[in-house]
Amino acid sequence: MSKLQKFLEIGSSPHISSGASVDVIMRNVFIALLPVCVFSVYAFGIAALLVLATATLSCVITEDVLCRTTGKPSTVGDWSVAITGVLYGLTLPPDLPLWMVAVGGIFAVGVGKFMFGGLGCNAFNPALVGRAFLQAAFPQAMTHWSLPFADNRFSDLPGSILAFPFSEPVYDAVTAATPLARMKFEAIQAENPELLWGLTSGSAGETCAVLIFLGGVYLVARNMMNWRIPISIMLTVSIITWVFMQIDPVTYPRPAFMLFSGGLMLGAVFMATDMVASPITNAGCWLYGFLIGALIVVIRFWGAMPEGVMYAILLANAVSPHIDNLIRPRVFGTGKGAG
Amino acid sequence: MATKQVTPTDEFVKGLWRDNPVFVQVLGMCPALAVSNTAMNALAMGLATTFVLLMSGLSVSLLRNFIPREARIVSFICIIATFVTSVDYLIMAISLELHRALGAFIALIVVNCLILGRAEAFASKNRPGRALLDGLGMGIGFTLALLFIGVVREILGSGSIFGFAVLPDTFQTWTVMVLPSGGFFAMALWLLIVNRLKQRETEAAKQTKRALS
Repeated sequence: MSKLQKFLEIGSSPHISSGASVDVIMRNVFIALLPVCVFSVYAFGIAALLVLATATLSCVITEDVLCRTTGKPSTVGDWSVAITGVLYGLTLPPDLPLWMVAVGGIFAVGVGKFMFGGLGCNAFNPALVGRAFLQAAFPQAMTHWSLPFADNRFSDLPGSILAFPFSEPVYDAVTAATPLARMKFEAIQAENPELLWGLTSGSAGETCAVLIFLGGVYLVARNMMNWRIPISIMLTVSIITWVFMQIDPVTYPRPAFMLFSGGLMLGAVFMATDMVASPITNAGCWLYGFLIGALIVVIRFWGAMPEGVMYAILLANAVSPHIDNLIRPRVFGTGKGAG
Repeated sequence: MATKQVTPTDEFVKGLWRDNPVFVQVLGMCPALAVSNTAMNALAMGLATTFVLLMSGLSVSLLRNFIPREARIVSFICIIATFVTSVDYLIMAISLELHRALGAFIALIVVNCLILGRAEAFASKNRPGRALLDGLGMGIGFTLALLFIGVVREILGSGSIFGFAVLPDTFQTWTVMVLPSGGFFAMALWLLIVNRLKQRETEAAKQTKRALS
């Protein structure tokens, strides 16, 4: 052994790495998302495929251009931005004009991710930042839902999707209200099987609860997702909804409806678990999930909009550094039992 | 004293670009973000602020030797409030509609930190002529900045400038640009551009300095 190698190497923590790099985790997230994407194309036809492709491409290209112009090493190769793009596409209405999809994608990566410092620094989930911007900018287009399983979904494109950039989309297809909107404005609850198997209308990737859940199980089994966050969200939503259903079963829906309708499953499994924007400690994750769940119930029950998962997660993202501050693990060798 | 080398033109010009109240000093954010949703509102707010800046600068400068140091903030606010009240009535006389659109923000010019800042930092230490020039420069700089923000927001948010449609009817308006959050987006966009230009300016100045030496 040479003399040089005898030096003790000192580095900052963490000292134990699981061996999973960013691209390994992201590839697994992609595998988990694949069935959801396939189902979305199956249910909504070519329109959903185009929306997903445009969303992913706009995010990847934005990241690449921004990396080049600022002289940072490109982070396109690690799949993280592609995952952001796919997730972002899955939250959009399947007949949204493609130019709006691209605008939101540029915003998601440019403002949601890059402005905070790029990979690993985003305070908010970039996909949801893009969606929130679209929701605020184009509220009509963002609440227009096409019918799932239309007969001509593989042969015809809805006219709105190819609207000329910056022009108002013209809708030709029949609109369909989402289960949540029907609950809110007509007091009609969708049946469980419909919601579980994704036979309802909604955002491109939010309809099929079973596939999203399976994707989550896959990620948890590979130890690449903190299961406490989705479980905490679902438990909170179920318990609060159950309590209100006991009080007034006419006004308030049953817990299963709340869990499987809208973007709750997609948000709880793939959005809230964003590794950068969620708390670090396990106790923090329980609290974070509780906060998201409570906010979802509050917005859905008493807010002006039928759906509130996006805002609930974004608000909880903002609180997550404070949760980390509040719940600090005991430093080894201090506190209880320390000399 | 450094102020002796500054020419009167400099006092006027600095508010337009080098020390622009909105884009460089980032003062007076409340009206800059809240009432810049259309170009017309931005212009009206800018002109009203300019008038108050001019008059309060002049008055403070004239009275600077009579105002005791301990009571200066109170005195400045009283002077500013006087002119804000007259502007408030003036706008009401010109157009009730505009007055309604600007709402409480006219009265809030009183607490615009830009005006108090110029009174405290400049007018109370300089002769009336210079204070007038400074106020005029700052006011025009403020008005231009508000107009810049207002034009971007009105084009995207309503497809028009000063109420005249400039984009075809099929244009999809961006609702968010009319909402308060649009003010932040437009403001950030201009800050990005202005900071980039300023960065280039200093780099160019450094290079010429190096070339000369």
